[in-house]
Amino acid sequence: MLGMIGATFLLALREIRRHLLRSFLTTLGIIIGVAAVITMVTLGQGLTADVQEEVSGLGSDVFIVFPQQSDPNIAPAPFDDADIRAVENQIAGVEGTAGSVSTNATAFHNGQDWATSVEGADSEFFATQSIDVIEGRGFNQEEEARGESVCIVGPKIVEEIFVADEVIGEQMRVGNVSCQVVGVIDERANSVGGGDANDVIFMPLKTVQRRFIGNADNVQFFIVKYDPAYETAVIQQQLIDLLRERRVIQDGEDNDFNIVDTAEINETVNTITGTMTLVVTVIAAISLLVGGIGIMNIMLVSVTERTREIGIRLAIGALAREVRLQFLTEAVVLCCFGGLIGILLALGLSVLLAGAIDLPFIFNPTVNILSFVFSAVMGIVFGYYPAHRASRLDPIDALRHE
Amino acid sequence: MSEAPLIELEGITKTFGEGAAAFQALKGVNLTIDRGDFVAVMGPSGSGKSTTMNILGCLDTPTSGRFRFRGVEVQDLSRDQRSLLRRRYLGFVFQGFNLLARTSALENVELPLLYRGESKKRRKEAAERSLDLVGLLPWADHTPAELSGGQQQRVAIARALVTDPDVLLADEPTGNLDTERSLEIMQLLTDLNKTGITILMVTHEEEMAHFAKTIVHFRDGLVERVERGLKAGAFATSGEHV
Ligand SMILES: Nc1ncnc2c1ncn2[C@@H]1O[C@H](COP(=O)(O)OP(=O)(O)OP(=O)(O)O)[C@@H](O)[C@H]1O
Ligand SMILES: [Mg+2]
Repeated sequence: MLGMIGATFLLALREIRRHLLRSFLTTLGIIIGVAAVITMVTLGQGLTADVQEEVSGLGSDVFIVFPQQSDPNIAPAPFDDADIRAVENQIAGVEGTAGSVSTNATAFHNGQDWATSVEGADSEFFATQSIDVIEGRGFNQEEEARGESVCIVGPKIVEEIFVADEVIGEQMRVGNVSCQVVGVIDERANSVGGGDANDVIFMPLKTVQRRFIGNADNVQFFIVKYDPAYETAVIQQQLIDLLRERRVIQDGEDNDFNIVDTAEINETVNTITGTMTLVVTVIAAISLLVGGIGIMNIMLVSVTERTREIGIRLAIGALAREVRLQFLTEAVVLCCFGGLIGILLALGLSVLLAGAIDLPFIFNPTVNILSFVFSAVMGIVFGYYPAHRASRLDPIDALRHE
Repeated sequence: MSEAPLIELEGITKTFGEGAAAFQALKGVNLTIDRGDFVAVMGPSGSGKSTTMNILGCLDTPTSGRFRFRGVEVQDLSRDQRSLLRRRYLGFVFQGFNLLARTSALENVELPLLYRGESKKRRKEAAERSLDLVGLLPWADHTPAELSGGQQQRVAIARALVTDPDVLLADEPTGNLDTERSLEIMQLLTDLNKTGITILMVTHEEEMAHFAKTIVHFRDGLVERVERGLKAGAFATSGEHV
């Protein structure tokens, strides 16, 4: 039986090679269907991974709260330290808060200068944002409370104005403020403020508020870290109610602030990629159905063309099921080739498209293997009827066939 | 070996088509053939020779009557059971050579062994032996299109022989060949018969029928006359192909 299958397989390959163009055109439907599904799933995964990475740069299980007026011509009131403390103290489930301000300034060191952004951030902010200090240390409580002139710099700053020098302990000037570098942060993909997350100088919040903004209380946005065991929506509603009350917003008036939930961003992206994948899957299913009918059609043609051969095989002693197996194998091999070409096409397309729209290329073995198996199953489904027809031929009639 | 005859046909009829278009090709054929016989089947065109051969070859079933092969009632067998019988005991050389096109002589001859589930190695060995027997080993790699008519017919015989059948059925094996090639084929069949294979052959030509030990004459779907115990091999002993 094994020898039989091997011989049948070789025969199928030979038959396909004999009609190479026809075989290729026949499998086009499968090729396109498989390529579409795999490309879409791969790109969708890349997109999801990309967004997840961005969102994780913002911290997980956090709300980002910032003033925002529905009318862009009216400047909304900023939040201040009192607001942040109220949130931390009055809402159950809030684990921590951290305000931030940022401004632009030029940094000078050793005759080099570099325009960058200065961000006021205390250790809580570093914690919620998962910012790692890889060299030196973070700010201590005293420095934060007194607003001392110390700073932690991003890798880009080190690269631009420190070059190969020692960094930790060095004095540098930022705008009008002279400060001492106490730490360097790890490379980061994203920051809440946008822009290059590595091109940044952190100073304690108080320091930036006093020395750069000239206001000791206001923050531009603040982060609320919550216990994921609590219902997100409940915390968010309490947050909205509290802030509306503190900012004296009347019923019926819009919020003059916005709350971004990082978990929600993830979910939205998942929904979008899910929908896109569904649409493409439907298109691919139609393509595969058409492709399958094409396979069936060409196999029926093949059976008719080879009636005489079938007659000879039956007359020589082939059993009906052996003839059926032969044609079924041919259909399956044909479909597997289609699937394989589709997989290769998808690989090329995914790499190309991922590069073009700047997404990571993530190879998904499951969808590739499933596609291949599915192609083989299509061969069985659509090859069965022609193969059955071949096996039912009457040997005498088949031998007489011209 | 005083058992049942190899082949027994009893009142075989065969009707093609139905109703008004029905045509009775065989009208009650009775025939007994013993092991080791060399039978030539003769008769006018349309007398039912091929129809009988197809029934004997288990390719077709009679409309009525009984066909016993080695004591087995063939008309009661299923399609697949008849296939098994064919692949085990019968070699068939068809009217018109019926080789697989674009397939080498060797592979054509290997084909019946493939369905017997023989290993690739044994298939090749047996096929080469069989091709050697018909003198075509040097042409093993040629496709039918590259062989002459006589060579193709010999490949067909090699294919029929490769399974060591009990019976070789040949429907006009020399029908498409000139006299010299035909005589070569007849010589080959005679030699095979001497090794113990029972041979049934349809032919139109007296000259070929003279190689047989038994001649069965068909007419209008009936066996008209059977000549037994003929001095077979009148031509074969002429020493042309020793
Ligand atoms: N499948 C079929 N359907 C209808 N009629 C058939 C069929 N096969 C054979 N016949 C008829 O049965 C009769 C016997 O046919 P058969 O082929 O057995 O003749 P034959 O003796 O082999 O003739 P020839 O010498 O021409 O080969 C013929 O009249 C033929 O037309
Ligand atoms: Mg005939």
